[in-house]
Amino acid sequence: MQGGGEPTINALGQFKLTTAGGFIGSTVNFTQSNLLMVIGAGLVLLLLYVGSRKRAVVPGRLQALAELAYEFPFRMAVDQIGPEGKRFFPFVFTLFFFVLMGNLLGLFPFSFTYTSHIAVTAALALLVIVIVTIVALAEHGWRFFTYFFPSGAPVWLAPLIVPIEIISYLSRPVSLSIRLFANMVAGHVMFAVFAAFVVMMGSWHGVGMVAALGPLAVNVVLMGFELLVAALQAYVFAILTCIYLHDAVHLH
Amino acid sequence: MSENMGGPGESFEDRLRAARKRQGMDAPPGTDKATSAGKESSALGMGLRVGVELVSALAVAVAIGWGLDRWLHTLPVFLVIFMVLGGAAGIANVWRQVGPAPRK
Repeated sequence: MQGGGEPTINALGQFKLTTAGGFIGSTVNFTQSNLLMVIGAGLVLLLLYVGSRKRAVVPGRLQALAELAYEFPFRMAVDQIGPEGKRFFPFVFTLFFFVLMGNLLGLFPFSFTYTSHIAVTAALALLVIVIVTIVALAEHGWRFFTYFFPSGAPVWLAPLIVPIEIISYLSRPVSLSIRLFANMVAGHVMFAVFAAFVVMMGSWHGVGMVAALGPLAVNVVLMGFELLVAALQAYVFAILTCIYLHDAVHLH
Repeated sequence: MSENMGGPGESFEDRLRAARKRQGMDAPPGTDKATSAGKESSALGMGLRVGVELVSALAVAVAIGWGLDRWLHTLPVFLVIFMVLGGAAGIANVWRQVGPAPRK
C-alpha cells in the first residue's frame, strides 16, 4: 500500500508468510503458518484432555464437545469405510481436525489461514493418496492393479480405459488439494476486497460514511458463510479420504 | 431375572428399531454412499466441485503427456493424446460423483 495516497485493494498480501517467534523463529524459518498449525494441534489436544478429565456420566458442555469431536470422525470412518474403518480412524480424525483448525483459526483477525497455501493442502493430499495406495497394495497385492480396469468391460477397450482410470486416480490428490485451497483463498480474498471497500467509501466523508455500511454488512454475512465453508471443507476433505480408503480396502 | 422385561420375546433393541422406523428416524436403505458423499446441495458448491474435478483431471493428463513428450522428444504427440484422455477422465470423475450409485 502506498502511504498517504488513495487506499488500494491489497487482497493477496494476507497470504504472505512472515517468520514468527522472534530471533529463533527467523533463524529456523518458523513462519506464522507453522505457529498456527501448532496452536491448532494444541487446541485439539487441550479440548480432548480437558473434556475427558471429568468423566461425568452426564457430560457437561466441554465433555459433550469432546465426545462429539471423537464420535463424528469415528462415525464417518465406520460408515464410509465399513467396520474395517476403525483402523483408519486416527488418520481421519487427525486430517479432519488439522484442516478444520486451519480453516477456523484463519477467520480470526490478524490470524493466518494455513490451509490457504497450496503447499500445505497439496502435502496433505499427497499424504492421503500415498497412504491409500499403500493400504490398497498391502490389502490386495498385485490385484490392486485390476482397479484400473473395471471387470465386465470389453478387453479391446483396455488401451482407452486404463489410461483414463490412471489419470482419474492421479487427479484425486490434485482435486483434493485445489478444492480446499481455492475455497479458502476465495473466501479470504472476498473479505479483503469488501473490507477495502469499507475504507475507500469511508474516505469520501458525508454520504460515503453511510454507503460504507453496505460492504460492512456484506462482510458480516460473509463471516457466517465462511464459518460454514470452513466446517464444510474440513468435512469434505475427511469424507473424500474415507471414500478413497473405502475403494482401497474393497477395490470397487 | 429375564433380560426382556418389557415385551413378550422382543428385546429392547428390536423394539427401539421398530420405533425408530415408525418415526422415520432411520435413513432409508440404499442411500449410503452416493448421497452422503457430497452433502453440498447448493448449486454453487456443486458447480465448484464439478469444475475442480474436470480441471484437475485435465491438468494431470497434460502433465503426463508433456512429460512423456519431453522424455521421448515427440513433442505434440502424447500431449494431444493425453489431453483427450484427460477430458474423458474428468467426465468419468464427475460421473462417479453425480451419477447413480455403482451396483455392488
